[in-house]
Amino acid sequence: MNTNFMPVAEPIAKLIEEFNKLPGIGPKSAQRLTYYLLQVPAEKAEALAEAITAVKEKLSLCSICFNITDSDPCVICRDEERDHTKICVVEEPIDILPLERTKKYKGLYHVLHGVIAPSDGIGPEELKFKELLSRLNDGLVTEVILATNPNLEGEATAMYLQRLIAPLGIRITRLARGLPYGGDLEYADDVTLSRALEGRQEM
Amino acid sequence: MTAPRVYQTEAIIIKRIKLGEADRILTLYTPELGKIKAVAKGTRRPKSKLGGHVELLTHSLLMLARGRNLDIITQAQTIDNFLPLKDDLERIYRGLYISELVDSFTAEHIENRRLFDLLLNSLHQLSQAQNGELVLRYFELRLLDYIGYRPQLQRCANCSSPLQPATNFFSSSQGGILCHECAYQEPIARPLSLNALKVLRLWQDCDYATASRVKTNRELSSELEQVMREYIKYLLERQLKSTAWLDKLKQESHQPM
Ligand SMILES: [Zn+2]
Ligand SMILES: [Zn+2]
Repeated sequence: MNTNFMPVAEPIAKLIEEFNKLPGIGPKSAQRLTYYLLQVPAEKAEALAEAITAVKEKLSLCSICFNITDSDPCVICRDEERDHTKICVVEEPIDILPLERTKKYKGLYHVLHGVIAPSDGIGPEELKFKELLSRLNDGLVTEVILATNPNLEGEATAMYLQRLIAPLGIRITRLARGLPYGGDLEYADDVTLSRALEGRQEM
Repeated sequence: MTAPRVYQTEAIIIKRIKLGEADRILTLYTPELGKIKAVAKGTRRPKSKLGGHVELLTHSLLMLARGRNLDIITQAQTIDNFLPLKDDLERIYRGLYISELVDSFTAEHIENRRLFDLLLNSLHQLSQAQNGELVLRYFELRLLDYIGYRPQLQRCANCSSPLQPATNFFSSSQGGILCHECAYQEPIARPLSLNALKVLRLWQDCDYATASRVKTNRELSSELEQVMREYIKYLLERQLKSTAWLDKLKQESHQPM
């Protein structure tokens, strides 16, 4: 949004502009948030400013798995109780949460920070590929679980990883691709259905 | 006459970007409306009814509702998902490359039926063809034709004199072949072998079945790739981003191209 010609004080224009850059915040909401902050007590505004500074200053990426953490290595990589022979590869830090919620997986993670996206100029060098391969070189890891998203870019990235890891002789698995729980067969597309058929199991 | 509030179209999904929590903005290439953008709500949730029907490189029948900014996809049914293409790494990225080409060379809401047919046919070809590189070259040449950049391959693009059956020169700025005389005045024109010229001439006016009968060796195939790449780069005033990744994949795999 161009706030240059607005008849408002510079700091106000600046804050509106910054809010407007956030996801899901349009020009109207940016103005509303700014004028809300103008009338709250100073402590409240400072608490918000401090919380923003804290996430930036205290959080960094784990040097092993590249999850977001406030200590390095992160709690998962440090945990001796977890199975250090398994690494689950995910696209983003946020993907770890649903997997942890299942309480079924006790291994480690590796966050790629994206998927290969050639038309955006994103290849393996822009992602944590090299770092994954060097983790696999110590001979400790026996299984890599590819948990990239089940869409075209996620699948292609998994296929490429499979090609890179295969020569190391490590077991490579992919999360089962099939019908979503609670979904209707009627709405399933052919790719989902044919993958679900391929992955069918004895009952 | 006011446009109807809902409408139906076939479309090939050529690009998607994330929007908010669970939505996507799709770039679609359609037979009658050319390139359009539309919102697919909730498609990043597993239970989305649109789901795989609006996946990249899918040919689908869509129902859309006019929105204030972007139209919204309300229903989707797959016509062809090019499954054999999606099970192969090289094929996927070739498919994404031709999508990037279409996206880069087209503006929204300009109908180009021949281009739609070419894109659709090329995705079919990429799903089956042994020689994926050949499909890409043929696609590039025909795409440029359909959007008004058909290279002049029959006569000298500068002086119109007939060409000698020998090595000539390709000039991106003149959009075609230069004779020896004219090439002297334009030092950036690249030499083009007689074989490469013959292949390009044939492809310019034949169908896929005929085009795919051309036998290319590594040298010829690389020459064709370079000349097309330079011409495309000149027209777009930039390198297509996908080419770096295609090059890397090609380098890593040991299959003959
Ligand atoms: Zn960690
Ligand atoms: Zn000439």
